[in-house]
Amino acid sequence: MNIESSLTDNLDSVFGETVFTQQFTVDEMETLWISPENLILILSHLKNTAKPAYKLLYDLCAIDERTHAKTTGSVNAHDFTIVYHLLSFERNKFLRIKVALQGEYPSLPSISSLWSNANWYEREVYDMFGIKFHGHPNLRRILMPLTWEGHPLRKEHPARATEMGPFRLWDEKEDREQEALQFKPEDWGLKRRSEDADFMFLNLGPQHPGTHGVLRIILQLDGEDIVDAIPDIGFHHRGAEKMGERQSWHTYIPYTDRVDYLGGVMNNLAYLLAVEKLAGINVPERVKVIRIMLCEFFRIASHLVWYGTFAQDLGQLSPVFYMFTDREKIFDIVEAICGGRMHPNWFRIGGVAQDLPKGWDTLVADFVAYFPKQLTEYHNMVMRNSIFKARTVGIGIYSVEEAIEWGVTGPGLRACGMDWDFRKKQPYSGYENFDFEIPTAQNGDCFDRAVVRVEEMRQSLKIIDQCLKNMPEGNYKSDHPLTTPPLKKNTMQDIETLITHFLNVSWGPVIPPGEAMSCIEATKGANSYYLTSDGNTSAYRVRIRTPSFPHMQMLPYISKGYTVADLLSILGGMDYVLADIDR
Amino acid sequence: MNETLGYVLLIAIMLFTLTTIAAWLIWLERRMLALWQDRYGPNRAGPFGLLIVAADTIKLFFKEDWIPPFADKKIFVVAPTIIAATVLMSFVIVPFAPGILVSDMNVGLLFFLAMSSLGVYSIVLGGWASNNKYSLLGALRGASQMISYEVFMGLSLMGVVMLSGSFRLTDIVMAQENYWFIVTQPVAFVIFLIAGIAETHRLPFDIPEAESELVAGFHSEYSGMKFGMFFIGEYLGIMLVSSMVVTLFFGGWLGPDFLPPIVWFILKTFVFILLFILLRASLPRPRYDQLMEYGWKILLPLALLNLLITGAVALWIK
Repeated sequence: MNIESSLTDNLDSVFGETVFTQQFTVDEMETLWISPENLILILSHLKNTAKPAYKLLYDLCAIDERTHAKTTGSVNAHDFTIVYHLLSFERNKFLRIKVALQGEYPSLPSISSLWSNANWYEREVYDMFGIKFHGHPNLRRILMPLTWEGHPLRKEHPARATEMGPFRLWDEKEDREQEALQFKPEDWGLKRRSEDADFMFLNLGPQHPGTHGVLRIILQLDGEDIVDAIPDIGFHHRGAEKMGERQSWHTYIPYTDRVDYLGGVMNNLAYLLAVEKLAGINVPERVKVIRIMLCEFFRIASHLVWYGTFAQDLGQLSPVFYMFTDREKIFDIVEAICGGRMHPNWFRIGGVAQDLPKGWDTLVADFVAYFPKQLTEYHNMVMRNSIFKARTVGIGIYSVEEAIEWGVTGPGLRACGMDWDFRKKQPYSGYENFDFEIPTAQNGDCFDRAVVRVEEMRQSLKIIDQCLKNMPEGNYKSDHPLTTPPLKKNTMQDIETLITHFLNVSWGPVIPPGEAMSCIEATKGANSYYLTSDGNTSAYRVRIRTPSFPHMQMLPYISKGYTVADLLSILGGMDYVLADIDR
Repeated sequence: MNETLGYVLLIAIMLFTLTTIAAWLIWLERRMLALWQDRYGPNRAGPFGLLIVAADTIKLFFKEDWIPPFADKKIFVVAPTIIAATVLMSFVIVPFAPGILVSDMNVGLLFFLAMSSLGVYSIVLGGWASNNKYSLLGALRGASQMISYEVFMGLSLMGVVMLSGSFRLTDIVMAQENYWFIVTQPVAFVIFLIAGIAETHRLPFDIPEAESELVAGFHSEYSGMKFGMFFIGEYLGIMLVSSMVVTLFFGGWLGPDFLPPIVWFILKTFVFILLFILLRASLPRPRYDQLMEYGWKILLPLALLNLLITGAVALWIK
């Protein structure tokens, strides 16, 4: 509390009292409204001169406020809000800076010169809302096709294809689409030739065996050396954030499963933590432990996919088969518990869908006993292989400072020596009760990122073992009217409960107005859901902060000067999935 | 007249046998990989899936014969035949058993080296004619890899030539009657094996096609039987290198009398073919420049050193 008040005092003393207005939110994150004119000044103060400083631009998003049912916060009617989430590692605190904007297509200063990772975030806001950032070096669409009409996250933009009228592709439109697909290096800020060489442009993807999905990378090559590599994303964009505005709070859960599609229920957790903050639900201990256990299973499953495909990218064909076999064993357990496998959609508001089945403990115990020796074998097979080392050591290096500048979280950050793990630093869902280590490495190259992930699997197993031994008794859902589906036990006794139950089942729960952000340590880095509710049956705005987005943005920075073969090491070491980038 | 007819018959039988075995190797490789990778592999067509080869061949033959419109058509068509042709030509000098060989040339070893050098044209021309950037990168990688590994492939064999005093392969085999050359030339064996893997561009030396980087490298644009030629050329190459290893270092057809010489030869060759497959199952792929560095900075000096010592010892014994 001291640090918090000292921040506002500090801002008071530097900029004067009128520069910001404070807002109180249910997630107890310090939230300040500032005006666009002061934006650059205040943010650069927070990043550079404030002590301790807010070094990480965690997220940047916008909200279309024009159809808001109830005004929240202390700034009255305005059309758009830009929200900056900053993180200070020293304070271990987030800070939310909000800027209110007026007008149909407003603009504000760009902060891309302040934080390197603001570049893509601002492009995304421009793409989704049509808000312009002046001073931005390359403000063009990032997720939507270049020929798209309208800006999808604006409230007037339809959310369903059926609202848009039938699709027609007449000749001129086809020509226009084809024209937009023509590759012109200048559009990407690439020169065709240097003083002594003509560059070769290699279009890697969106269909390419090494990109793990529909990712396109435009390579500017001098021989096999990469002069520049520009990722072109958006091929996997499914409008997950827009869907959040039309689905009810409850029926949105399955969509979250598919954001980081290797993370399974871990996505549910990130979403539900934010919903539960808004609804004020405290979940029972048993729910917390069940959730943690399944999340850690999915962390192992996700890391196994990464491990195998990474080795395969480097030409080692066999490990991926062994690792997928082990992943199947995890999925067998997940299936026994949840019924589903990759996308179990099993967590619910205020709990989980069902209690653990009979015999779950033997399944888990078998796996805990079985898996460590597999990890040792994989370690000998992959990590100790000298060719593997030759391909990964010293490749794609970045330092802690660079990582923070680009918004890197998760194993990528820990591989350069920073032991930052949200499970330890800002424990959620009861992680504070578990005994585990945060693996780190020092060099920040592809090999170290692998070392961190491999060790993380052992730590996850340790957590699962503790879940197994200390599973608390109790209910699998909290006794709160907003849980989904609500508990039915008292509905036949009194009419009030029956009515609430009926409404919550038919409409879905009505979550009180407010805003909240969750932050979890997902498989690939920090994953957050920033939810705004205007007291309705669905969210007013769902913002999904995914780790892969900033990681992919860093690709040009860390791959320049390496070769095409190294690019595959860098991509493999990064561990991204396209749905996690594009949402 | 009869002699000529005999040779023609022998060549016809060899061509048939070699291509059949090469095609069947595809089945063997897939089954062995599957075995080592905890899967089943092709097991549907015929007993143990053996007919998968026939099915694959039929499929390849009946695929649309497609030449990309942007390709250089003549070279595009010729390129795949070169690899299959040069490898098959090399088999001319391989002594399978006493009497079972097409030509007992007195420069047999040089003929083998010459033919394997020609094979690189297939990759370079194929990659060039495809007019595709991935193919071009693959072709460039292939050219530099094969040219550099050729150098010490030749050098590593000179020790064997010194010991046997001949380039004729039957002489080399007969010179191993007391002991196999692997005993005195282990370094040369290792270098030749590595260079041989590089010649056939198999993992870990498959950088010309490196599927996770270059899609399919130099043969990205090929389909149907033209792709089939590259494919069969690769497996013929495996057989060739394995049989050369056996001939040069493991006494060729020589072996105890209870089995006929040809059986010994085939058995030994299959051991090395399996080694090739095992390598593919287990090793990752080094980077292109690492491969070059490894070749020029380690293997070349080693080959020269081996040559020097072998020469010195040979002179001293004399």
